[in-house]
Amino acid sequence: MCDAKICTDGEKMDIKKSAVAGTLESNDVFVEIEESDTLKIEIESIVYAQFGEDIKNTVKDMLDKMDVKAAKVSLNDHGALDCVIRARLETAIKRASEVEA
Amino acid sequence: MSKVLRSIEEAVKLIGVKSGMTLSFHHHLRNGDYVLNAVMAEVAKAGIRDIKINASSLFDVHEPLLDHIRNGVVTELETAYMGAKIGAAISSGILAKPVTFRTHGSRGSTIADGSSPVDVAFIAAPTSDKFGNCTGKIGKSACGSLGYAFSDAQYAKRVVVITDNLVETELENPSIKGDRVDYVVELESIGNVAGIVSGTTRITRDPVGLVMASYAARIIEASSLLKDGMSFQTGAGGASLAAAKYLKDIMLEKKIRGSFALGGITGYLVDMQKEGCFDKLYDVQCFDLDAVESIRTNPCHEEISAIQYASPDNIDAKVNKLDVVILGATEVDTDFNVNVHTDSNGKIMGGSGGHSDTAQGAKLSMIVAPLLRSRLSIVSDRVTCISTPGDTVDVLVTQHGIAVNPKRAELKQRLIDARLPIVDIHELKDKAQKLAGIPAPIPVGDKVVANVVYRDGRIIDTIKNI
Repeated sequence: MCDAKICTDGEKMDIKKSAVAGTLESNDVFVEIEESDTLKIEIESIVYAQFGEDIKNTVKDMLDKMDVKAAKVSLNDHGALDCVIRARLETAIKRASEVEA
Repeated sequence: MSKVLRSIEEAVKLIGVKSGMTLSFHHHLRNGDYVLNAVMAEVAKAGIRDIKINASSLFDVHEPLLDHIRNGVVTELETAYMGAKIGAAISSGILAKPVTFRTHGSRGSTIADGSSPVDVAFIAAPTSDKFGNCTGKIGKSACGSLGYAFSDAQYAKRVVVITDNLVETELENPSIKGDRVDYVVELESIGNVAGIVSGTTRITRDPVGLVMASYAARIIEASSLLKDGMSFQTGAGGASLAAAKYLKDIMLEKKIRGSFALGGITGYLVDMQKEGCFDKLYDVQCFDLDAVESIRTNPCHEEISAIQYASPDNIDAKVNKLDVVILGATEVDTDFNVNVHTDSNGKIMGGSGGHSDTAQGAKLSMIVAPLLRSRLSIVSDRVTCISTPGDTVDVLVTQHGIAVNPKRAELKQRLIDARLPIVDIHELKDKAQKLAGIPAPIPVGDKVVANVVYRDGRIIDTIKNI
């Protein structure tokens, strides 16, 4: 829905370094991005039983929209809303790709 | 002849604690209590099995109890509350028989009327004389009120006082009198002071908490109950204390003098009483050091028993004279039923305590809780566990609006007239779902791990293993 905004000129996002965004506070999510040859997603969440699938879909959707093909993406979620997860992911990916956020 | 024994081991032996008995404990030393673990270690060592424990509450400090359960020393539990670590283990199904959850009031009444008899009561006493006259008001482990232990001391077949401050001279005005006490045991320490009481209880600075607290105070103001003689109870949580602060400001400004504040007493209620907001404090349990200091020195701060506080068999119970109570919840459903026993995963992490006692007794019972906690909605179609029935709950306060039980139409109109943000409880549920998404249903097992027994003795819900 907002690919253009997220992707900054539609360029492919290359993960150039490790980066993080977010916190471990309640209602937030801590996102870590690392370089990797393949795409790996790790999700830890205190609401995994209720929202695990939703979170997984959100991560895949964001990676797709930002055209990230290879990276290790780790989430430590303390009950962040979907919009928060998206924002933290976007920031972490931009930091890891050295794109001005 | 003296009642004073050298050790718990000796007391267990002389009393003849044997397999199949019920032992009782009270929780005024809260998460600092050493007594339950010390007693159960001796019981286990003596090879005794199949013990039922009736404890007013169980805290995570009592984790060694889990081994006694796994080893068959303890096979039955009755309590009004349990901490999250104990609760998670119970939820996993380690206990053969389901836990009996009662309320603080009905724990007292069922011990008194013999429907839940106690063989031996162990009283954790911060100070005792050699006759067993004891008090919680003084001593290095002072915890203030011993209110929940009164029924145990009065009605158990045998009573053992365990203290870490054995005084030579006969104690004046003891909380529990020695004529009910069989033995007195002195220990080096009965508890960890840091876990017994909080140093200070702080008012929340979280803006969401403050918004809810201010709504709560304005609801009281608009309810027609805010007048001379008003009585009040609130918890020790940050938002509850903030509500008390706003209420205090209103009471002082309007020069309203209430009759009493009730319950677990905090320093905040002590200050309100001192400043003239209430004539008296009635106290079953002190939450902080200021409350302990007050119950020791302030003649208007009175220690009361669980039966005086909240027994369903006592028409004069203080909860029946209560105008306003502010309570918490892990979940509320669209019928206003409240869950305080389990988290949203269905794991035990609490208990009624006095929740359903006060909700039924008070003229205005108010639940204060944020609409979302870590993406989980407070409002659902049906709570995971019914702790307090919805017909005893009047108002739900969230930061996104206030829902009034449809049974209370007149109250609802008053709150609308006071320009408070009134919403239908279904709207709150929809709003939470819009923000957080719809949670996947949680699978539960088919073994009953706990029965929730209401004030009138009915099992109103069961908790399944998870």
